[in-house]
Amino acid sequence: MAMSDVAVVGVGQTAFTRACGVSIKELCFEAFKEAVEDAGNLQPHDIDGSIICSAPEYDKQRSPAGAIAEYLGLNPKPTFYVESVCASSTTGMRAAYGLIKSGLNNVIAVLGFQKMSELSSAEVQERMGRGADIMWESPFGLSMPAGYALFARSRMQKYGMTAEQMAKVKVKSSKYSVLNPKAIFQREVSLEECLSARAIAEPLKFYDCCSNADGASCIILANDETAKKITDTPVKIIGLGAASDSLSLANKVSLTGLNCALEAGKQAFKMAGIQPKDVDVAEVHDCFTVAEIMAYENLGFCKPGEGGKLVEDAQTYIDGDIPVNIDGGLLGKGHPIGATGGSQVRTIVMELRGDAGKLQVRGAEIGLVHNIGGVGLYGNVIIFSR
Amino acid sequence: MGFEKFGKVNYTAETKVKDFVNYLENGKVKATQCKVCKKVYFPPRMDCNNCLSTDQMTWKEINNEWTLLTYTKAHFAPTGFEEDTPYILAIAETHEGLKTLARISKSVSEDKITPGTKLQLVPIKLAHEKTSYEFKLLSE
Repeated sequence: MAMSDVAVVGVGQTAFTRACGVSIKELCFEAFKEAVEDAGNLQPHDIDGSIICSAPEYDKQRSPAGAIAEYLGLNPKPTFYVESVCASSTTGMRAAYGLIKSGLNNVIAVLGFQKMSELSSAEVQERMGRGADIMWESPFGLSMPAGYALFARSRMQKYGMTAEQMAKVKVKSSKYSVLNPKAIFQREVSLEECLSARAIAEPLKFYDCCSNADGASCIILANDETAKKITDTPVKIIGLGAASDSLSLANKVSLTGLNCALEAGKQAFKMAGIQPKDVDVAEVHDCFTVAEIMAYENLGFCKPGEGGKLVEDAQTYIDGDIPVNIDGGLLGKGHPIGATGGSQVRTIVMELRGDAGKLQVRGAEIGLVHNIGGVGLYGNVIIFSR
Repeated sequence: MGFEKFGKVNYTAETKVKDFVNYLENGKVKATQCKVCKKVYFPPRMDCNNCLSTDQMTWKEINNEWTLLTYTKAHFAPTGFEEDTPYILAIAETHEGLKTLARISKSVSEDKITPGTKLQLVPIKLAHEKTSYEFKLLSE
């Protein structure tokens, strides 16, 4: 039996907002409806499995997969939940790919969601404290921004990366997020504004950090025979990579780049049989400005240490050598943890179909998604081709 | 129980390395070493992921000379640490390659700190009979 290829046939996403005002089931329904309608010739009953993705510490609902699958009308088809914090929905994509490739399923809906406004800010702050190793690092008061700030400082020392280079990532992001109606951040910011903003965890300032958000995303995948019946514009998955690094900040392989991204990228490029220079458009996990700069290097878009210069030279703008995060990225769209990976995939799929409107990279044929969970803890890279 | 005394905010009461706290209270920062394969661990642990030996560790004095790798001044804190801001979190390494994260003492002025600075890890007493450790300059 020939192994079938796997393609994305439908994509959907809610707007990412500060407080959505609806339940998690309703939030997911909106993304699901958009993805099913986007697929064209697909009925919900054609979907023979669903994978539900979020970071459970923000949920009041225990075992959200059950609640969401019921609400979407996906019973009695199998459903389950996956979690890898901010990388949850690309981990869901990887699981879906394996299930379809094995022949166990034909069409799977991957739902990513997060309603961060479900919790009070005090509750969010308490959970943030437990995101590090709770035994040996949380007792010192480590937070996500502080974790990435440790990388930023170390890059300043080793490579001479500057605060200005980091700020330029946010300037680029805001230029594009104002063109993305689903983005939370709808205002262009200047370099001066970024550089004079208050410190969060030095050297990271306010605009170096993405914001919490509510939102959902839905990606529908199918084997290639089924995909051809559903849509005229399937987008193929040609490479996948996944890796992990230590949870402890102290034990990271590197403090100047994310080893989990480097490893996942190598795997994905090898599987796809392409080089970094072949990528036409990329979505990378810019939870902090420094994270985008590290992604450029870890994915091979430039050499280690040259990421700051890449954005300074505007090579990651829409008309640059390698357009990155031209939908605004996490910095511009907001970061509803479990929904983020699916949102990145949606953007790349639209780019490869030629459906990205004002944000279209002309002639894009190969696209890449880089989605990271935690402070360089889980790394997923997926490469797509039209 | 026993380990809940470690750190201002602690989430782990039960662990095989709870004696670490007793050593800290007596002014010692100890590592563990596997008797079988000799691997040294700091922070300490009782299970060896190198040779898979269990409970074959001995407590060992650390070679208390650390080189600062990176640091951040945090102006924003998780629950329980709000009153401490701003504070400096740092990662440092010993010449044997042990690495750890801890705060740098507020007694150390920031202009003395840069990656490469030599540090020592010292036990400290916290309010409510809690204990921890922090980095100070090696030269102090």
